[in-house]
Amino acid sequence: MRRNLQDGADPGWNRRAFLKVSAAATGGLLVSLYLDRFALAQEATSAAAPKVYPPDAFVHIRPDGTTVIQVNRLEFGQGIHTALPMILADEMDADWSRVVAELAPADAVYADPVFGIQMVGQSSSITDSFTQYRELGARTRAMLVGAAAARWKIPEGDCRTESGVVHGPNGRSATYAELAEAAALIPVPKKIRLKSPNAFRLVGTKTRRLDSRPKCDGSLKFGLDLDVPGMKIALVAHPPVFGARVKRFDAAAARAVEAVRDVFEIPLARGTGVAVVADRFWPAKQGRDRLRIEWDLAGTERPDSGRLFAAYRDLARTTGNIAVARGEANAMHAIPESRRIAAEYEFPFLAHTPMEPLNTTIRLDGDRAEVWAGSQFQTSDQLAIAEVLGLKPAQVAFHTEMAGGGFGRRAVPDSHIQREAAAIAKRLRGVPVKLIWTREDDVQGGYYRPMHVHRVEVGVGSDGLPTAWRHVIVGQSLVAGTPFAPMLIKNGVDSTAVEGAADTHYAIPNFHLSAHHPASSVPVLWFRSVGHTHNTFVMETLVDELAMRAAMDPIEYRLKLLKPDAKRVRSTLTLLQEKAGWRRSVPREHAVGIACVQCFGTAVACAAEVSVEEKRPRIHRVTVALNCGLAVNPLTIESQFQGGVGFGVTQLISKGAITLKDGRVEQRNFDGYCPPYMKDAPAAVDVHIVRSDEKPTGCGEPPVPVIAPAVVNALFRLTGKRYRTLPLTTL
Amino acid sequence: MALVLLLAWPPGCTASGQAAHENGPSARATSQAPQAEGLAAWNRIYSVLSHPRCINCHTATNYPQQGDDRHRHFANVVRGAEGKGVVALQCVSCHQEANADSTGVPGAHAWHLAPLSMKWQDGNDRILSSAQVCGAITDRSKNHDLDGPGLLKHHTDEPLVLWAFQPGRDIEGRPRALPPLTHDQFVAATRKWVDAGMPCPPIQ
Amino acid sequence: METYELTVNGRRTEVIADPGTPLLWVLRDELKMTGTKYGCGIGACGACTVHLGAIPTRSCAVPISLVGSRPVVTIEGVGRDPVGRVVQDAWVSHDVVQCGYCQSGQIMTAVALLKAIPKPTDADVEQSMGGNLCRCATYVRIREAIQIASGQLK
Repeated sequence: MRRNLQDGADPGWNRRAFLKVSAAATGGLLVSLYLDRFALAQEATSAAAPKVYPPDAFVHIRPDGTTVIQVNRLEFGQGIHTALPMILADEMDADWSRVVAELAPADAVYADPVFGIQMVGQSSSITDSFTQYRELGARTRAMLVGAAAARWKIPEGDCRTESGVVHGPNGRSATYAELAEAAALIPVPKKIRLKSPNAFRLVGTKTRRLDSRPKCDGSLKFGLDLDVPGMKIALVAHPPVFGARVKRFDAAAARAVEAVRDVFEIPLARGTGVAVVADRFWPAKQGRDRLRIEWDLAGTERPDSGRLFAAYRDLARTTGNIAVARGEANAMHAIPESRRIAAEYEFPFLAHTPMEPLNTTIRLDGDRAEVWAGSQFQTSDQLAIAEVLGLKPAQVAFHTEMAGGGFGRRAVPDSHIQREAAAIAKRLRGVPVKLIWTREDDVQGGYYRPMHVHRVEVGVGSDGLPTAWRHVIVGQSLVAGTPFAPMLIKNGVDSTAVEGAADTHYAIPNFHLSAHHPASSVPVLWFRSVGHTHNTFVMETLVDELAMRAAMDPIEYRLKLLKPDAKRVRSTLTLLQEKAGWRRSVPREHAVGIACVQCFGTAVACAAEVSVEEKRPRIHRVTVALNCGLAVNPLTIESQFQGGVGFGVTQLISKGAITLKDGRVEQRNFDGYCPPYMKDAPAAVDVHIVRSDEKPTGCGEPPVPVIAPAVVNALFRLTGKRYRTLPLTTL
Repeated sequence: MALVLLLAWPPGCTASGQAAHENGPSARATSQAPQAEGLAAWNRIYSVLSHPRCINCHTATNYPQQGDDRHRHFANVVRGAEGKGVVALQCVSCHQEANADSTGVPGAHAWHLAPLSMKWQDGNDRILSSAQVCGAITDRSKNHDLDGPGLLKHHTDEPLVLWAFQPGRDIEGRPRALPPLTHDQFVAATRKWVDAGMPCPPIQ
Repeated sequence: METYELTVNGRRTEVIADPGTPLLWVLRDELKMTGTKYGCGIGACGACTVHLGAIPTRSCAVPISLVGSRPVVTIEGVGRDPVGRVVQDAWVSHDVVQCGYCQSGQIMTAVALLKAIPKPTDADVEQSMGGNLCRCATYVRIREAIQIASGQLK
């Protein structure tokens, strides 16, 4: 059962999401994506027919019984390479031991059912594809049963399936492999019945990852490892200041390096650079190191962290574009000064630095191109490459490679890496080229989590709960100028900048939140948990301060402050109380901090046990309680939460910030920008999942926002200091 | 200065070098070599010892430093029981027998940290005074029992000492900053100082 | 360009490379052994860790000209070592990996630790593994897998 994916046949779009292609003012194609998740949710009751995804694009049963399942989005560690096939295989009653997962290439049929493009982000894989993959599995099973019933001339109802075999009456049986060819001829049924959850055999069980062994023996090839015959390596010298252009360059010394093949200027997303093409990585690097380039900095902004923070602090003292205006605007006036808290927070730029450096391999061959990339955004990347090469997307075969980490860095609206690679491939016509960004390119190349300043004033009622909250957020918009802008910017507020604050689960009657989005030449991008990275820090440290003022237990206080309908958060705080009883008896120099969040539908609460060692926080233990609805693979979920709280420590690390001085990024590599190492991350993390049969929500990003505020809340109890400027430089 | 034997830092003995005065300069100084010349020679020696190329491995902590700004060495490398790192993250996991200019990693034979008895900084990474370092260097209970000639030989022959004067290039191809003296000048100053009886400046 | 003789995972081989080429890129680009990973190129992350003359070594830091006759063991070969096999199996049974990119280096480092200290304390683990970066922060499961492997060693 395999569909020919090269024939370019369009299976049709989901009616609710459509691509609109229009010519941009500057020429070329501009893709406008009209997507409205909120409208979709409201439309849930509409009469539009659901899309029927063709099983043969997702499942292939080989004669030997191997069952290959296509994963419709990138795997970069989050575990959907295993979880999505589990869902399909369960409904299909496949033999799990014979299941192999593949990352699907770019194709319309693999679009996310809600977003309408092939992508991974916002922890939406399970949320959006749960029912889709169930239906695919159920349809496949139905077709296999249909083939068996036809073969045995019996009613389909007399058949049952188990572990890759159809069983009929009187001991008859046939394996899925034996039936596959005949099943492919059965018409794809429109209506199918899904299992009831208590019939699941895989979903809900701790299931080991399918990709472990090859990742442990060196055999798995990441994008950076691919070797295409005749391939060259390209490195690009990027401008030292965003937006600068090459004025002139001297390539003599570069060309003199043996195995350097070509040196030429190329356009970049911002400004221009110089590409060096060589047979191997090392000569390419030697060549690039020997380039002598004079840069034209005229007209560049030359952003400077110090100046930006000063400007942001000024802006934060004024009201911005209104995100939320609830209750009375003047409520704060009624509250005496003694019951007000004013706080200002500063957050630096953060770099994702996935362990696998960014790379793309492209071969342009006349009117066809082939691409190999670990992309979170296959649809738009394929489109961008096609545009640069002067082809139609259907002429660009785009292979999705396993990626060494994403965290949002591989989901780039302007497809800048792909465009860079395509520009080089175009010049090399017929010769495949792998563009590699070195770690230095990565640390200095932008696309950071933006810097932010928050200014908050809280008015506390006589019951100790906040009655008035006035909050200004300053930070660059992530989506301004991208196809996502119409969907995510309302009233001048970028929702990705205010999530976690604007939609707070706390019942604060008079709540005023506004945002400024200053423009800057620093490219910015969503960073694992996006707006929650800074908003949750602010909310959870302030709420903690309020709890202390009210002399209440921090979990009790949050429970009291929660909105009545914040059921998921409530369930996690309650479970945390049960599982973190140890917090009442920690050693003398230790303290415990609490934080909670609802992030992309999943609620998380955590308790972190912290002490101070060598002037740094040492996190001994974290207990996490989470509610993600139905837990598809509790083992992956445990890993995601153990890893996610480690990742979330990034914000606190003293060298975990990107700073700019007069336009230049001051950090170069992991010597100057340090993500968490083992001793920075929690030593032990126990994870507890609230039992639920609700529709599942994601677990990739929700773990991240809670750890930094929890740690800092604990630190206050140890040092008496409130840490509102990140990263922590000294305690 | 690579003194391989671990010498325990004697309890109650501070870095002030006061213990050194028991068999210190006043006991050793002779009337033949002018004290002033000897002290001047020591100052030249100290200018080398306190230079990053030397002092980065003479720390009081469980980590080395790197760079001209003497920041803590990246990747959480630690001293280990013998100053060679720990079993799976040794100094020689990166540092080879010679400088690797193409990768920016300095190297010399048996790269490792000076023992804690030869710390020339305090626990806050501040360089000790000339008097304190002189006291430590001349204290035979701390310096691997080296006398004057022994110190001279050490300064002349020890590979890690020699390295400081040919420290190779960093990852960006820039030659590392050199100590204020050449190796020959350093040896000459040491000879002069030893001949003068290894006088130490007074503790302030 | 010079010719170098190398012994990698027990096999003798010859490569032609510029003397300054890091061992990492000789392995990856000349010998097509891509299990050893490029993470930073400056020895700060450990993804490039191999065993060089039985010492865990960051191969991005060592130019081919300084390798000499010391044998090289990479992630592709460490499974033939009894400790290596136990560590890899523990990594798989305990579901350590997420993106997996750092894990070649983590495993090579863990194997070196366990060969020297079969029963490491938490402090031993943290010091020896403390210089290997995992951006997915799988550190908790790495610690646990090392103890699982340790329990299976004599």
